This record gives sequence, C-alpha cells and structure tokens, in this order.
Amino acid sequence: MKIVGLRLAATAIFALAFALVGQAADRSEGGNSTHGFQGKLEYCKTCHGLSGEGYRGYYPMPRLAGQQPKYIENQLRAFIERRRVNPVMFNVAHVLSPATLAALSEHFRNLNPEPIGGGPKEHVALGKTIYEQGLPESNVPACSACHGPEARGHEEIPRLAGQLFPYTLKALSYWGKERGLGGSRDDTSAIMVPTTHNLNHEQMSAIAAYLSYMK
Amino acid sequence: MKPASSERINRESSGMKQITSKIAIVAIFATCAATKLSAEESLPIRNCTWCHGSSAQGFANAPRIAGQTHKYIESSLLSFKSHVRDNPYSKQFMWGAAANLTKEMAHGFAVYFSELPPSAANDGNGTLTDEGRSIYVEGIPQSNVVSCIVCHGPNAEGFEGIPRLGGMGYDYLKRRLEQWNEGYHAAAEPMPRIAKRLSASEIEALASYLSFVK
Repeated sequence: MKIVGLRLAATAIFALAFALVGQAADRSEGGNSTHGFQGKLEYCKTCHGLSGEGYRGYYPMPRLAGQQPKYIENQLRAFIERRRVNPVMFNVAHVLSPATLAALSEHFRNLNPEPIGGGPKEHVALGKTIYEQGLPESNVPACSACHGPEARGHEEIPRLAGQLFPYTLKALSYWGKERGLGGSRDDTSAIMVPTTHNLNHEQMSAIAAYLSYMK
Repeated sequence: MKPASSERINRESSGMKQITSKIAIVAIFATCAATKLSAEESLPIRNCTWCHGSSAQGFANAPRIAGQTHKYIESSLLSFKSHVRDNPYSKQFMWGAAANLTKEMAHGFAVYFSELPPSAANDGNGTLTDEGRSIYVEGIPQSNVVSCIVCHGPNAEGFEGIPRLGGMGYDYLKRRLEQWNEGYHAAAEPMPRIAKRLSASEIEALASYLSFVK
C-alpha cells in the first residue's frame, strides 16, 4: 500500500510539473496571454482602434491599418533609440519582442477600415493639388512621388491614406523637433525637414485634410 | 468627515443670494429689451445641485460636475436617459432624473456646469500618488495597461467627449474603475477593456493620484 501511495504521489507531482511547463509555454510567443501576440494585439488596439483606424484622444493616436510593416518596425526602433521622442511609445516599444512586433505589423497591414476623416472639407481640393503636383514655385515636391499616387507608402515610407487629420498636421508641423533626432544616418525621416519647411500652415492643413478622407 | 451639512448650507445660501441677484439683474434687462434667459433662469439647475452640491463640486455619492467637459456631461445625461449607463447609482438616481430631459436641456445643463470652476477633492491616499502618477503617465506596458494621459490629457483635463478626471473624488474614481470590471457601462469602449487589466491596488493608486490633480 505504501508503495502504491508513493507512486500516486510521484504521478501527481509529475502531472503538476507538466501542467506548469504547459502554462509556461502558453505564456511565450504566440500564446493567448499577456506577453503573447493576442495580448499585445489587444494592447495596441486599445489606443489605435479595434480595427487599427486610429483614435482621437487628447493626443491623436495614428491609424495603423494598412501601414507598411517596415515603417512600423523602423518607428518602434526609433522610439527606443530616441530618434523619435514619445515617452508613451518609448515604454510600449520596450515590451515588444522582434517576433511579436513582426506579427503585429503584418496583422495591421491587412486591416482596411473606413478612414475616420475629420479634416476641414473646404481644404481638401488644395490638399489634393499639393499632394499630386507639389508646389513647384516653393520647391515643395509632390508627396505622391514617394508616398505613391494612392498614398499607400512603400517599405520604410509610410502609408498616409486615411491618417487622422490632427496627427498628419502635427507631424508636418514638427519635423526635425520630433523625428530624425540624434543625426543617425539610418533615419530616412530627416528628408522630410527640407521637403516640408516651405509649407505654410494652411497648406499643411490642406494636405492633412485630403489624406484624412483617402481610402 | 468634513462638517458637511453646515458647509453645504453656507454654500447653498450664497448660491441662493447669487440666484436672487441674477434674477434682479435679468428683471432690469427684461424691461429694456427681450433678453435671452441664462441657464439659471431657463433650466432647473437646483434639481442637479441638490445632490451635486450648490457649486457642483460633488457631494457624498454624487460626483463633481463643475468644469467637466460639456460634451461628456451631455452624452452622460443622454446615456442615463437611454439606460446605456447602468451603474447602480446611475440606476438609482440618474435614470429618474434624466427620464424627461430633452436634448436641448441636456446641452444647456452641460454648458452651464462645464463653465463652473472645479476644485480638487484631495481626498485620496497621499502615499500612493507617485505610483498613481506613473500609471497615469506611462501605463504598465508589461501587463498591457495603456497610458491614461494619451486620452485624458497631461493634467487629466479631458478632451471633448472624454471626461476630465483631475480632482474628482477618490470614491467616485475608484468605484467607476471597479465597476467596468463588473460589467457596468459596457458600451463605454475602450474603458472596460482598460480597467479589467488593473489590480485593486493599482486602482487605489490611480484614484488617489487623480483626486489631487488640479
């Protein structure tokens, strides 16, 4: 009887050990847990919208739906390296492993919700002209030359279509203060400083308004 | 506890004086020209201040509404009326209070109370404010708790339909955060999914911190 009892105890201990190992595995990459893909996906969507459409809080949280994965990965690295200053995203970027990040960016790339819109409609026509033709007399190139005629972006060049109006306006207004800091040569965003510095506020607002409705 | 009853009587008698003098002013104006009535004359403001306090700084279980964003007050009143907001005290007090509100009245109340100056409750646990501030500003990235500052603003002042939280009473803030996790006011996305990740001690820290924010 004693031996049987011991065996039972040993079996119980083994079973418990396996259960614990199983639980630990569940918490690793890909699991439906705090640190796995599903947990982090819900974390992103809490602020960036359930379909990645973006959200207008006190600060605008950008649309991620349809965004280029390379751009997302590059920007999250920029937060960590402080090439791009944002205290909130600095913390967020630190809890995403490379594998989780790759899975998240792939997920957002495939989402396609309606744009939130919201830019002043009366400026949309001017925005379209600047986006497609630039302002040759002010040395502002056409945005479409790099971001594409439908503003879908390419690799590290971001998609702009459907982006939140206040977000694009803020980005255009603060190039060189918020991004491309530290003089790193890897940071392609530095190119936007000379590209945008001849735009006045009305022109920036027009571009942002046009993009906010673009599907 | 504060000497609440005498304070309240004082506040209300000064409120009454203000109302009386305003009525006198309006009477003078009305004799000269047809003037638009102010909120005090056109709306039963006393129906609100009876519970929320004569200067709307909150009283007992009724939260402060002074200085709240007008869009939030308006949408709250309409969500009491439609029973979308179904927290226990909402059911007990606000469903009845909002039952006969028109959209115009809700707007009028919202604008009136949003323009009153708020003062901080300062009634949280002062030893928890550092932890609370850290959660408010940075969130808890390890457990997927998002930062509060991105929506509610650097001074918890709110934005459009997003409420001001700075200086609200500790009990109210704590109760609301707990009740999302209990299934109340489930339509208020994204708050239910945010609050469910907070532990009891994290809720206490957040509510404490916010109660002191000016």
